[in-house]
Amino acid sequence: MNRTAKRIAYYPGCSVVGTSVEFDQSTRALCAALGIELVEIPDWNCCGSTPAHSYDPLLGAALAGRNLALAEEMGLDVVMTPCPSCLKALKGALREYEEKQHSFLNILQMPFSGQIRPISVLQLLYEDIGPKTIREQIRYRLTNKVIVPYYGCLLSRPPEFAQFDDPENPISMDELLQAMGASVPDFPYKTECCGAAYGVTQNHIVGKMTGRILDMARCLGADAVAVACPLCQQNLDLRQSQVNRYWHTTFQMPVVYITQFLGFALGIDPKKLGLDKLFVSADDLFKETSEQPEKLTESTTA
Amino acid sequence: MRIGVFVCKCGTNIAATVDTEAVARKALEYPDVVYATDYMYSCSEPGQQEIQQAIEKYDLQGVVVAACSPRMHEVTFRRAVEKAGLNRYMFEQANIREHCSWISKDTEANTRKAMDLVRMSVEKLRFNQPLFSSQVPINKRVLVIGGGISGIQAALDCAEGGLEVVMVERESTIGGKMAKLDKTFPTIDCSSCILGPKMVDVAQNENIHLYAYSEIESVSGYMGNFKVGIRKKATYVDWDACTGCGLCTEKCPAKKSFDGFNEGLDTTTAINIPFPQAIPKKARIDPKYCWYLIKEKCKICQKICPVDAIRFDMENETVEEEVGAIIVATGFDLVDHSVYGEYGGGHYPDVITGLQFERLVSASGPYGGHILRPSDGKEPKNIVFIACVGSRDPSIGRPYCSGICCMYIAKQVILARDHIPDCNCYVFYIDIRAPGKNYEEFVRRAQEDYGVQYIRGRVGKVYPKGEHLVVQGIDTLLGIQVEVEADLVVLATGVAASAGAKELAEKLRISYDEYGFYMESHPKLRPVETNTAGVFLAGVCQGPKDIPASVAQGSAAAAKTQALFSRDTIETDPQIARVNELMCIGCGKCIDVCPFGSIQWKTLRDGSQKAEVLDTVCQGCGLCNATCPPKAIQLQHCTDDQILAEIEVLCAGERHG
Repeated sequence: MNRTAKRIAYYPGCSVVGTSVEFDQSTRALCAALGIELVEIPDWNCCGSTPAHSYDPLLGAALAGRNLALAEEMGLDVVMTPCPSCLKALKGALREYEEKQHSFLNILQMPFSGQIRPISVLQLLYEDIGPKTIREQIRYRLTNKVIVPYYGCLLSRPPEFAQFDDPENPISMDELLQAMGASVPDFPYKTECCGAAYGVTQNHIVGKMTGRILDMARCLGADAVAVACPLCQQNLDLRQSQVNRYWHTTFQMPVVYITQFLGFALGIDPKKLGLDKLFVSADDLFKETSEQPEKLTESTTA
Repeated sequence: MRIGVFVCKCGTNIAATVDTEAVARKALEYPDVVYATDYMYSCSEPGQQEIQQAIEKYDLQGVVVAACSPRMHEVTFRRAVEKAGLNRYMFEQANIREHCSWISKDTEANTRKAMDLVRMSVEKLRFNQPLFSSQVPINKRVLVIGGGISGIQAALDCAEGGLEVVMVERESTIGGKMAKLDKTFPTIDCSSCILGPKMVDVAQNENIHLYAYSEIESVSGYMGNFKVGIRKKATYVDWDACTGCGLCTEKCPAKKSFDGFNEGLDTTTAINIPFPQAIPKKARIDPKYCWYLIKEKCKICQKICPVDAIRFDMENETVEEEVGAIIVATGFDLVDHSVYGEYGGGHYPDVITGLQFERLVSASGPYGGHILRPSDGKEPKNIVFIACVGSRDPSIGRPYCSGICCMYIAKQVILARDHIPDCNCYVFYIDIRAPGKNYEEFVRRAQEDYGVQYIRGRVGKVYPKGEHLVVQGIDTLLGIQVEVEADLVVLATGVAASAGAKELAEKLRISYDEYGFYMESHPKLRPVETNTAGVFLAGVCQGPKDIPASVAQGSAAAAKTQALFSRDTIETDPQIARVNELMCIGCGKCIDVCPFGSIQWKTLRDGSQKAEVLDTVCQGCGLCNATCPPKAIQLQHCTDDQILAEIEVLCAGERHG
């Protein structure tokens, strides 16, 4: 079944209704513009990331599995979530279901076939829409902008879970950014750790590791970093002042969701993309670009 | 029939979990069995003598030995009974070791099963007939497939022993991987200086007929009488006329052709001679790059050739050769390092393979023997070598050790320090494997005398930073993360089976392992033979090994061929299919199923059509036997009657205990 131009289940997860509402806003706005109807799973619950599955893998899996069962109940075969951590929990639930079907269903107490397929928003954009369509549909090009894609740890890994892109050298976001006309250098730290796991307990580690990523981006002359994970965004953006304190630097690097970039390029009203929610303002980046709207001509699509 | 049963204890291999004495006692109850005993080692000389004495003393007409697998010792025991005057096919071996004692620790159950197995063998033996082999002459010519160092060694050894050799090489020159190497470990002697004379010997030896730029198309026949189809690929140059003067290569305008000899570090001309010492030294046109063959313009080489050797209309041609033995020496390929996305091989120009580094160091290489970076031609000051790229890594499906990387890294760091005395070399390794003669000392020399930094640990990532490459890894001895800024990164790429190895194996009917390396007949005792008689292995096609081992195996394969050819005839195996013409209804089903084409039509005097088996071609697989509707075609020594007799006693026989 072709997934484009049709309904898919949407699992927001806790991050995008809290610290990263702009990811939720821009994802919804973008999908609407691309003709994908997102049906939010009614009464969705916690995916059980870290705490639940560290306590009891089976219980944790069933917790995430409830969301999948609810999505199946709506008659949908794909569930998309913007958060890679939720994605891993949902995929983990499927895996647990395949291995321990009986006990899994015993806990779940709901009909469940295991046919549903969880994907990330990046996977949806790359595999179902694709750089070619993006190139054809954009209204504003990010010409002369150097943007580095940062994938973080979970979008393409572990490979047996993600089943998407090259685990060590993913290129999906690179190609989407190129389709928008941005200049995309080879970013060596695209899958380096941002230190998110120590975000609360030992945040000097985050300062150190995130600092390296921002420094590499700066070395490559980046105007902005593109991300597709709420935690990556939070560490690179919200904590940029901490990084500056730790390294004695003066980074002012906008860290923008790929959905925001795409939404902007497609001409969606910036207010609907939550650009004002970014801690490091990306206004200059988009202002310069939006002042020179460039309608695509035949020659530039080639 | 008077049958004797001998139950082997095989030390404790069998006796520990099978009551051999009880098996022997029980055997005496079986029909026709007049003598039964057990013995410590039946295959030993006294063991065999005991069988022979019993044959004489009890006037035995058939012998059953219950011991190991027939694959192990059937030949031994057949020979023993033959010496005592029996036909060698009046012998049966019951496998009570691999099929019984080694499987379970339950002595009672094992003993019961051993009794059943002996019972079946006795019953089959009662239906055995003496069979007699015939003699067919041996064609004393040998085919060597592959012109690398082990193929060259095998060919020269055979030729020096007076045998006629047909050598087939896929590339346009022989020499293989060794021709690309600069120096060899552990002596640092020049690779082309020791290989070159051998290549010349191949060209000059009257007993060797070389088909370069050719491939094996088909193989039929059997040991002593193989027929081999050889496809001579179109070179677009008449090699009989070409003198290898090289004028054409100077004038060819298509200068951006892929240079396979330099591992893609350089470009060459569409018409080219791979390297100055090439054997045969003949020009070949690469049709992928030739302007005339792509767009029908140019023909400069044709105009300039002083001997008029260019043939743009040349096509592939197949010739047939008849040989008595085949030596397979098809070598290897490097593991595709692009599976490691994190190392950036094939992506960053300054991340190169070990073999590319050899070309950089070599005086005949792209930079005339100066080590320079492929990206900008600058001299590298920091060089990082990463070991085990594509070896010992189950995550990419290659758990085996390539066996040569540790050593060639040690050689390459020494060469790097010799060429650029102020350069720093770093080696990331898992373990150092240097078990050969003078190997460990050689590695120590690299570490101690040449001051090379050996870091025990894996590399996680290689990425560019400005002009440099940053190598991120771990030092597991210090337990710290390491970052090295390098100018050049050399991946010690491991060994993979040669492209097309599996297809060739199927033509030769030899087996290969899951990685595509050819299977030897026995991992310890028959290292150069295959399970197809008359086909021998040499070099890396059988498994990763270095030059000394490849040469040794090349000589070993030659010795095996000489031994085979020391006889004028070979015995045919009488365990083949036979047609009972009175029962054959001429349906032809056997002809359809025979995978060897060994059954043909025969017209009797009354004009009726019957099947006929070609004795020398039949391999005794039994497919025809299973297919034949009236059961007119029977595999000798494994007839329907014999199999049914075995099944019958197994099913109807009394239950023990």
